[in-house]
Amino acid sequence: MKFEIKHSTRYKYTELIPLSHNMVLLRARENRMQTCLHHELLVLPTPAVMSTGIDYFGNHVAWFSLQEPHKELRIASRSEVQIIPVDEPDLLHSAPWELVRDTLIAAPNRQTLAARQFTFESHYVPRLAELAEYARDSFAPRRPLLQCVLDLTERMYTDFKFLPGCTAVGTPVAEVFVTRKGVCQDFAHLQIACLRSLGLAARYVSGYIVTHPPPGQQRLDGSDASHAWLSVFEPQLGWVDFDPTNGVMPSTGHITIAWGRDYNDVGPAKGILIGGRHHLLDVAVDVVPMAD
Amino acid sequence: MQLPIPPDSVETDRTFSRGFEDTYVIHPSFPDEMMAPDGSLRPHWQTFVSTLDAFGQKELAQRWDHARRLIHENGVTHNVYGDPNGLDRPWSLDFVPLLILPDQWAAVSEGLTQRARLLDRLLSDLYGPAETVFNGLLPPELLWANPGFLRPCQGIKLPQDRWLHLYAADLVRTDDEQYAVLSDRTQAPSGAGYSLENRIVLSRTLPSVFRKCNVQRLAPFFVSLRKTMASLAPANHENPRIVLLTPGPYNETYFEHSFMARYLGYSLVQGNDLTVRDNTVYMKTLGGLQRVDVIMRRVDDDFCDPLELFAESYLGVPGLMQAIRRGNVAVSNPLGSGILQAPGFLPFLPGLCRHLLGEELKLPSVQTWWCGQRDALGYVLEHLQEMVIKSAYPTRGEDPTFCQNLTRDQLGEVANKIKVRPGQYVAQKQIMSCTTPSLIDEQIRPRRFVVRSYLVADGDSYSMMNGGLTRITQSTDSLIVSLQRGSYSKDTWVLSDEPVSPVTLLPPSGQPVSLSRGGSDLPSRIAEDLFWLGRYVERTESLARLARATIARLIDQSGIETDHAVRTMASAYGGTSYRSVGPEFGRKFTEEVLGDTYGGGLLGSVTWVHRLARILRDTVSNDAWRILQQIHRNVSTFKITPTRPVLGVPELLDGLILTLASFVGLSADSMTRGQAWRFLDMGRRSERVISVAHLLKETMVAPGADPVLLEAILEIADSSLTYRRRYLTQVEAHAIADLLLADETNPRAVIFQLDIIGQHLAALPRDTDHPDRHHDQRLLLKLSTLIHLADMIDLCAVPAESRRDGLDVLLSGILDQIGLLSEAIARQYFSHAVVSREIGVIREEHSE
Repeated sequence: MKFEIKHSTRYKYTELIPLSHNMVLLRARENRMQTCLHHELLVLPTPAVMSTGIDYFGNHVAWFSLQEPHKELRIASRSEVQIIPVDEPDLLHSAPWELVRDTLIAAPNRQTLAARQFTFESHYVPRLAELAEYARDSFAPRRPLLQCVLDLTERMYTDFKFLPGCTAVGTPVAEVFVTRKGVCQDFAHLQIACLRSLGLAARYVSGYIVTHPPPGQQRLDGSDASHAWLSVFEPQLGWVDFDPTNGVMPSTGHITIAWGRDYNDVGPAKGILIGGRHHLLDVAVDVVPMAD
Repeated sequence: MQLPIPPDSVETDRTFSRGFEDTYVIHPSFPDEMMAPDGSLRPHWQTFVSTLDAFGQKELAQRWDHARRLIHENGVTHNVYGDPNGLDRPWSLDFVPLLILPDQWAAVSEGLTQRARLLDRLLSDLYGPAETVFNGLLPPELLWANPGFLRPCQGIKLPQDRWLHLYAADLVRTDDEQYAVLSDRTQAPSGAGYSLENRIVLSRTLPSVFRKCNVQRLAPFFVSLRKTMASLAPANHENPRIVLLTPGPYNETYFEHSFMARYLGYSLVQGNDLTVRDNTVYMKTLGGLQRVDVIMRRVDDDFCDPLELFAESYLGVPGLMQAIRRGNVAVSNPLGSGILQAPGFLPFLPGLCRHLLGEELKLPSVQTWWCGQRDALGYVLEHLQEMVIKSAYPTRGEDPTFCQNLTRDQLGEVANKIKVRPGQYVAQKQIMSCTTPSLIDEQIRPRRFVVRSYLVADGDSYSMMNGGLTRITQSTDSLIVSLQRGSYSKDTWVLSDEPVSPVTLLPPSGQPVSLSRGGSDLPSRIAEDLFWLGRYVERTESLARLARATIARLIDQSGIETDHAVRTMASAYGGTSYRSVGPEFGRKFTEEVLGDTYGGGLLGSVTWVHRLARILRDTVSNDAWRILQQIHRNVSTFKITPTRPVLGVPELLDGLILTLASFVGLSADSMTRGQAWRFLDMGRRSERVISVAHLLKETMVAPGADPVLLEAILEIADSSLTYRRRYLTQVEAHAIADLLLADETNPRAVIFQLDIIGQHLAALPRDTDHPDRHHDQRLLLKLSTLIHLADMIDLCAVPAESRRDGLDVLLSGILDQIGLLSEAIARQYFSHAVVSREIGVIREEHSE
């Protein structure tokens, strides 16, 4: 399956900005589930310098600077991504969760040791006793890890309410845990925090989700959005994705852009403006199936 | 060694006749540096003690006094956080140095050189393949859960793969008389400048002692430092531009930053003095952007680039990471190097040394356990009472816990705290360290100490400073050495077996350090600060003159009616309007002038002078700095006598006006006629225009300006003599207006200031691309024309009891225009400095 993804962001400033430095993570990663066939990034006004590279986590980064006074910034990215359907992992045959936890500590191989860094606290993800407590209901002794995680994902989907606008990026997970509402970012952080509180390795995944218009209606331009979910490490199977916002395991409807310890590592766009702070943000995302 | 006591008790010279052994009592349980357990002097202290003894007590007391004055006059200060009086706390130097034998030092030097090489290789690995973690030499947590690990720095290629340029280690001397490393400083080690300042003070205080003891010099270290910094430059190898990046005047060691910048000949900059364009770092100067090749930083690494590191930092330079990645600038120490300050690494260094260098670690660390390992945790909990518990990662403000004297309950609490998050803690064995003699409250007493020694990369290896910063505990039993807590520091004398030849980077002593920035590379921020310094110096003077003239007439006994003049002048002073000169008048007015309730008064103005002088510490000469310090001290410590409120005020104001005159004279005399001076002078001139126009507006527009008031105006504007020479007797309003506004030959006249501002503007560089590049000069012309066209006789000749409305319009026009001119100068020359103080962050969130 092939998708065309358009992600455009517009910033408007109330005063002329003489200089801004920016970095964006908009190009899809390659892995066994997806190939990036094409990617282009258009920035207006044309940046004085632009360069691309790979960050610590292997994500594609583009850095650019605007050095002429500007009142508006547009960042438009267009990608074509091929999704490769893979067999769903056999939940029952994943290792018991306690074994996974202990294997991460014993770290018998490089891959497991490398996963270890996703067990620690990070900027937006604390390890908290109350979260371990909450998660425990899904983590019966000797239960296969992925079964536990899916159960937790489904519970979160039922227990938490999707409500845009009630949280900001800085809202602590402990608060989201109490108020039981938020957006994808909050739920991903919260579930990662639950898993790390149990000693498991979990990372934050940013990307897009394919939405389907109600039957009989045209899909609206710009109606899609960037999305975030998480991935959990199982020593035999590697990293397996879960989406607590939708209560599912992603299959062919999720397109991965980047991953890291939490949002702080993989926000789609960051910028420092010299000489002003006011901006209006206008984001439009379209994920449209393409003919193969 | 004699016991120096305050000079006024010299006649009771009893201690002078007693030997040194009688006055110095060592602690029974700790070995002492100077005195052997049997009470005899150790041989390497003999020269020092006997030379000092030869001075006699009186002489010594005088010398200590001299040293204290040197510290004060050089403005050696240390800021203490969280203390309202903590800014500019004078540096606490204990005048007895620590003496170290050459062979002892050689061993330390060899050990620390190896350690620097080890830490350098370790950084290279941690920010590269991290094989030390994958090979099991280092617990993964110490890397990946370490807040000092800056992931954006991973994979950066550095020239010669050198990750550590400047390194410092805190050393203790344990009770078996061996040195051991207490902690490593790999981020931006502080204190090298203070140790140099200590050396300067002490060697000037005790030159002969210093010479006789064959003390090794510090200068070679700074020569190497300079060479190494220059060698880091990716371009301009001939003449690289090196800057010292400081967090600013509120940082605890700001004095040292400005001192080091001057000593090494680097520009002292704050984050917003720099900008990144085309992935290259530039310094914003009046002459435009100047490329920066090397940044020696005193800003913590995670604060250095808000784009990729700590986003809320205002101390850094947005885009710096990319400039580093592109190899366009070198930062020293490289960003990310702070990771190794975590004490959690200490237990693993011996293994890492074998693996990375193939050598045994020569200089041990103080025995340390990282509690994140099960065995270590078990041992620590079992021996808790012998331990000092610290955070495994450096965090500001968290004190180590000394378990030795804790109760059973307290120990239980500590154990529980560790058990909850064992990986967050290290335990260090409580050390019984040596003591060394220190001069405390005029007494020689034993104190425990920590020596911070400094190494700088030099070719393939490192060179070590032959000396360092020794800090002592507050009491013999105290274990904490912290300058934040008011501990003392000492000079550290590494002795030599042979005479030492002098090396110095300093100018000969006594020569004032004057402004070194000529050309057009004056940073815009400094130009702005100088402009404001000029304004506040002039404002202080005009307020002092106004207050002095008012008070002189208040206490005038000649019987002439002065009430109207006094009331008018007092009302002109500030915001308060005085309706009558009643019994409370003196108290109210003195409080307005010298009290701290009125922000705009003399005290407020002097405080601004002081604040700006601090920021400009490396730009104004030492003498000018001392003068400004003195002004602040005199005014801020003045106490109003409640019963006789004006007592002492005229003398204070007289002194203030004289001191200000000497500052102005000194800056006219000792500053080169470069841009720095021009901005200082433009600030003064603009403010003088304002104060003259304001004075006339407040005094001569309203009806009733009697001769007493008119005389006073002349006195305040320092133009009485000039007036007398021209007009002999009669004081006339129009003649005063002409003299103070339009007389081109009167150096106090508004028009005179405008002419000089015009000369300055003509000499300053101009951005030729700027569409409105002569805006400031046009405003100036308009202002001058306003005055030239005014007919003073016409403006002042009004019937008695009428307001001089025409004069009012003229003066208001002058005040408006000078305000616009000041803004135009700011836009033209300081704008990038001003603009960059606003930084916005954009951030797109995941929203679905």
